[in-house]
Amino acid sequence: MSYDLREARGKAAIVGAIDAVSSTGVLEGSTRALEVAMIRGALEDAGLTIGDVDGIFACTGGMMMHSMELAEYLGITQPCWTDTTQTGGSSFEVLVEHAAAAITLGHCEVAVIVYAMNPRGARKSGGGGGMGGMGAAMAMMGGESPQMEWEMPYGLRMPMGGYAMSADRHMSQYGTTSEQLAQIAVSTREWATMNPNARYQDPLTIQEVLDSPLQCGPLHKLDCCLVTDGAGALVMTSAERARDLKKPAAYVLGTGTSHTHSMPSAMPDLTVTAGAVSGPKAFRMAGVTPNDVDVLEMYDSFTITVLLALEDLGFVKKGEGGPFVAEGVLGPKGSRPAQTNGGGLSYTHPGMYGMFLLVEAVRQLRGECGPRQIENAEIAVAHGCGGVLSSTSTVVLGTESTL
Amino acid sequence: MEPKASSASQPFWEATKEQKFLLPWCKDCEKPFWYPRVMCPHCLGESIEWKEASGQGSVYASAVHWKPGMPPAGDLKPPFVVSLIDLEEGVRMLSNVIGCEATDVHEGMSVKITWEKLSDGRFLPQFEPAS
Ligand SMILES: [Zn+2]
Repeated sequence: MSYDLREARGKAAIVGAIDAVSSTGVLEGSTRALEVAMIRGALEDAGLTIGDVDGIFACTGGMMMHSMELAEYLGITQPCWTDTTQTGGSSFEVLVEHAAAAITLGHCEVAVIVYAMNPRGARKSGGGGGMGGMGAAMAMMGGESPQMEWEMPYGLRMPMGGYAMSADRHMSQYGTTSEQLAQIAVSTREWATMNPNARYQDPLTIQEVLDSPLQCGPLHKLDCCLVTDGAGALVMTSAERARDLKKPAAYVLGTGTSHTHSMPSAMPDLTVTAGAVSGPKAFRMAGVTPNDVDVLEMYDSFTITVLLALEDLGFVKKGEGGPFVAEGVLGPKGSRPAQTNGGGLSYTHPGMYGMFLLVEAVRQLRGECGPRQIENAEIAVAHGCGGVLSSTSTVVLGTESTL
Repeated sequence: MEPKASSASQPFWEATKEQKFLLPWCKDCEKPFWYPRVMCPHCLGESIEWKEASGQGSVYASAVHWKPGMPPAGDLKPPFVVSLIDLEEGVRMLSNVIGCEATDVHEGMSVKITWEKLSDGRFLPQFEPAS
């Protein structure tokens, strides 16, 4: 007999959430030092200590065996759950899903999920870079890579070229326009004007997006996310334990993950992402529909990423995302507020942005967001996207009132 | 960057030396697939047969590279176009469309194969307008 996922609804919760970004885009310190600071901060936010932690979740920061290297560094010698699943930008939604499952089944009780990357700081000091040992891993693999054989020789710019082809196809298939995509960047910037930590806080116009240089047509520079340093951590535990902790918990109501391909030329349909699988699965488990969602945090590596997510998650019909966003619905005055911290387009983007979707979703559910707070927020969605529109993972969170 | 042949794609690259365009077909399920693998991605079959393709196709989607990343193997200056081509045989492959303005390449456009010489005697398949 198979287990009904709906029984796992609300059994685990995010109880600590913190991030670190800078309006200059640069954070000082090594990635490991940033990770330690984030873990300390998230535990303090939750009212727990490092001694409580028995589940460790990290997929960057080391060379290869990230969670082992991190646990050793932290002095955690006998975790009950270890996880280094790496699906690019959606990794942290995947790790929340795994942690929720592990906690629900009793494998571990207190999970820490962490991320830090400093592509700007590392660039400045000439060290490392932001890919978390990926270069070393590729060198170790040595042998064969389909991407090196079938994509790189044609000069496909990674990852932007893949997103550009997707935008191009959406335009030819559905009549989507550059102006409509630009509106996504404009609406997201409206949120960033209310976030003192955002990298870019000045208002933006559609014309400014269209006037910014074409990088990979049809995408302009301002259709693309930032490159900044950034770090964050989450602490998760069981629903029972969550009730006694310091701050209101964000309960995991539903999760879903899938992927369609790794390299963009292998994407079956450039206008449909794995969100069409992960989204409905997460909503079904949570027992909610898109209409019930108060806070929507979608991965915005590029404007097209948001458009496809809106359609695949069911907030608008496939192909109708362009006219939908053109009304400015995603902004602070819109009917479908999204990317409320200013997103990867204006807040921060160190390479794997999914952590920040979750941190903002938790803050909104706790009512901690000041001028950008969505009133009476009870249900939030964090929707990560990794690779080149390759992997998606959807997490539905709710306040105690939704249980 | 010039492509490094994998063990599965050796026959493909050998044939390009005579500007022959081969596709891998599965003998078990009788379907073509792309890119070359050690097995068929439809059924995991291991009996693979190489058949010459027509070299005809149409453009599925494109990205006009105004600001490229790594330089392509061919002699292309920005803006050049990277496109996904739907081949007549029913598979889709990534390539460049050359022989016209990058910005004139559009969805549904008919293209045919053309060859770019690599440094080791192999040729890289590219596409150009069919008319
Ligand atoms: Zn087969």
